[in-house]
Amino acid sequence: MLDNLSLFVQYPPLAFDVVLNGLLIGAIFALAAYGMALVWGVLNIVNVVQGELVVLGGYVTFVAVQWGMPPLLGLPLSAAAMFCVGWLIYRAVIFRVVDRDIFISILATFGLSILIQQLANALFGSDVRTVDADLGSVHLFDGMVTLAGIKLLAFALALGAGGALWFFLRKARLGQAIRATAQDPRAARILGIDTDRVFAMTYALNAALCGAAGSLAVMAWTIHPYLGLPYTVRSFMVVVVAGVGNVAGVIAAGLGLGALENVAGFVFGVEFQIAFVFALMVIILVWRNAMATRKRSHLE
Amino acid sequence: MSRISDWYIMGAIALAGLAGPLLLPGLATQIAFLWLMVVFALTWDMLGGRMGYNSFGNIVFFGIGCYAAAVVQRDAGLPYFEALALGLLAGAVCAVLAAVVFGAAMLGIRGHYFAIGTLGLGIAAGEVAAGWDYVGAGSGMALPLYPGELGQRELFFCYSLFALAAICFLCCRAVYATRFGLALNAIRDDHDKADAMGLRTTPIKIFAWALSAFFLALSGGLAANMIGFIDPRDVAFAGATFGVWMVLMAILGGKGTLWGPVLGAFVFHVTQELFWTWLLGWQRVALGLLIVIIVVFFPQGIMGWLAERRARAEAGT
Amino acid sequence: MSVLLDVQNVTKRFGGVVANEEVSLTVKRGEIAGLIGPNGSGKTTLFGSIAGAHAVDGGDILFEGRSIRHLRSAPIARRGLLRTYQQTRIYDDMTCTENMAISAREAQGGLLSLLRPVPRATNARAGDLLGFVGLYEKRDDRAGSLSFGQQKLLEFAMALMNEPKLLLLDEPTAGINPTLINGLIDRLRRANTELGVTLLVIEHNMRVIMNLAHRITCLAHGRVLAEGVPEEVRNDKRVLDAYLGVA
Repeated sequence: MLDNLSLFVQYPPLAFDVVLNGLLIGAIFALAAYGMALVWGVLNIVNVVQGELVVLGGYVTFVAVQWGMPPLLGLPLSAAAMFCVGWLIYRAVIFRVVDRDIFISILATFGLSILIQQLANALFGSDVRTVDADLGSVHLFDGMVTLAGIKLLAFALALGAGGALWFFLRKARLGQAIRATAQDPRAARILGIDTDRVFAMTYALNAALCGAAGSLAVMAWTIHPYLGLPYTVRSFMVVVVAGVGNVAGVIAAGLGLGALENVAGFVFGVEFQIAFVFALMVIILVWRNAMATRKRSHLE
Repeated sequence: MSRISDWYIMGAIALAGLAGPLLLPGLATQIAFLWLMVVFALTWDMLGGRMGYNSFGNIVFFGIGCYAAAVVQRDAGLPYFEALALGLLAGAVCAVLAAVVFGAAMLGIRGHYFAIGTLGLGIAAGEVAAGWDYVGAGSGMALPLYPGELGQRELFFCYSLFALAAICFLCCRAVYATRFGLALNAIRDDHDKADAMGLRTTPIKIFAWALSAFFLALSGGLAANMIGFIDPRDVAFAGATFGVWMVLMAILGGKGTLWGPVLGAFVFHVTQELFWTWLLGWQRVALGLLIVIIVVFFPQGIMGWLAERRARAEAGT
Repeated sequence: MSVLLDVQNVTKRFGGVVANEEVSLTVKRGEIAGLIGPNGSGKTTLFGSIAGAHAVDGGDILFEGRSIRHLRSAPIARRGLLRTYQQTRIYDDMTCTENMAISAREAQGGLLSLLRPVPRATNARAGDLLGFVGLYEKRDDRAGSLSFGQQKLLEFAMALMNEPKLLLLDEPTAGINPTLINGLIDRLRRANTELGVTLLVIEHNMRVIMNLAHRITCLAHGRVLAEGVPEEVRNDKRVLDAYLGVA
């Protein structure tokens, strides 16, 4: 462990490589986290099935490429397919738990997450899957730092999608309806906004974001059926740190998490990387609670 | 349920628990698992149902119990039963200490943050165990062989787990009848109010978690020996099976009632034993579906449903 | 009469909004003090600051001569200072008797003392106090099934069960059937005289507070506007202006 740490100091380009690759992966986390923040803010539920939507999005691209589709076209396809899946999930389950006790929605989405995880396992097998986007790599510092082209593209697309969403929420009519519903669903209903439709659109939009994130993940990294929960927890962590409704914060926290996780994976060993993600979340929650109660005050 | 019928039911269950394995020796392992499920549901309900702290991480204490027993039995160099007893004790001590430490850190966290936080705790524990060479890392640990004759092993664990479930139930029953039980309910119904009324909520919450950790660790040590092998993710810290079943059984039977978790464990386990094998590779898909259906359509549980029916019948007359 | 509660220049801000600015008031042992003011004048915020619900940004709060500014709500309650809530807070899924039993003073003890059944004397006292507020018939009902007014009475009884030295009541008559208000005033008075509980009462109903309180403090825009005996406050032009929205 200390050996790995000292490697960083001896070879700065290596540290640079690890951090930079982490940042690029972090863009994918930010994308999924942005969807979670949206659903959390508007529907007031913590969507535990988030990570499975990401993984499912990855499988859509994987299957499409196997049928001969160019990898990059998999991205819009995944987003579109997951938009439909999200709509279906909302109509089947989510709308029944929207205004109920928060634990019911957590448990219901947790059940969905097991369901989709196991379906994915049954349909696609438990193998680790990846798609070669065939974009080559960029080498810096005499090849000591390697950046895959797809990771750079993923980074740009994730930021672009975040920006587009921000613009959509502010300028488009539906986006404004979503924001109004997030602030006060009752008032929005009185003003003639069909909140049920807004909820459905928001959830479907979230699923589309997850689909895009999953498509990028399968091209830049790997997916397998059991990677859902880590994505859920990453998204949750990012939203808790950044706050619901803070686009720039979510992107910054997502990138930071990606870098931190990559460094931790390097220092502690890859076999502890998932443990690190989950432990980090616990630490963040404990820290957040300790800070809030430090001076008499309570959290909501 | 009135006090008299309470005793009748307990007597009937005790009789069945004692005679069952002798009459149906072929089912001893399944019956042993039933008692394990009862412990799972009862200990989960202590926090989830009684105190309103919905934990997805109670499996941690079960896993600690598994590993503590396995390590002690491997390294102590004692005969089987002495090592088992020592291992159970070690597991209980470790789990209670862990509950105090985690509880002090995490029981201040409320609502969905606590639920997701404990979910993270459970998975992190499994991942750490899966990477830690001292406890066999990803390949898990095998437990020593039971020394008795063929067929004795199943009976031994069946009766041990029955005893544990019975003690756990009686302990819950006794504890819920005290002011402590009322304090748990007060924390569930309105935590801020309980604080504002001067209750010492932090020690109360930690004690409740430690109590459920104690029973879970004992059940973990026994279950590990019964199964004979522990895998970090699929047995000891099996969040996706045991960890979820705990929650599901308590909700199915009726959260926050004395008999609900027991009933939920019976119904769930029997259903599972009868139908699971037909589902071939689709059991876990069915589990996910079952969670969604129960949570969305039947969150009040069997006991809650019975109470509603009785209330409706009384209103009707 | 000695000073029981001494609030000294307390300031509380929420973000940029100043909810209380340099508020000072005292409550003497054994009296019934009133706290009035238009909506949004910071009365409930002041209750929160006193009872430990949130941190204060300036000033100090002394209870029986000792500062409680940095204490949280539970230790403050154990010293004998309790509050009730405007949006009544009780334990919904417990019976009225259970609500009372867990509100008793001995329930504030350590773990070991909690691991015993509720003493017979406590249940008897719970019954007496439920009778005192007129809820004896409802003693085995689920508290959440009571009407709003009944829940308010239950919350009051729970506070009395705790035998506080000082009780902060946030609008005790709001939502209570007007025909029952006189009975409630009578009970507040008897709690004060017979049970020896000092009261600080937020009240919107002028008739009630003028009748009940020995001294009244009026807040407006987070500051103390006036204080004195009821007649003085009633005749204070600034108080009238504040209520009519002129100030």
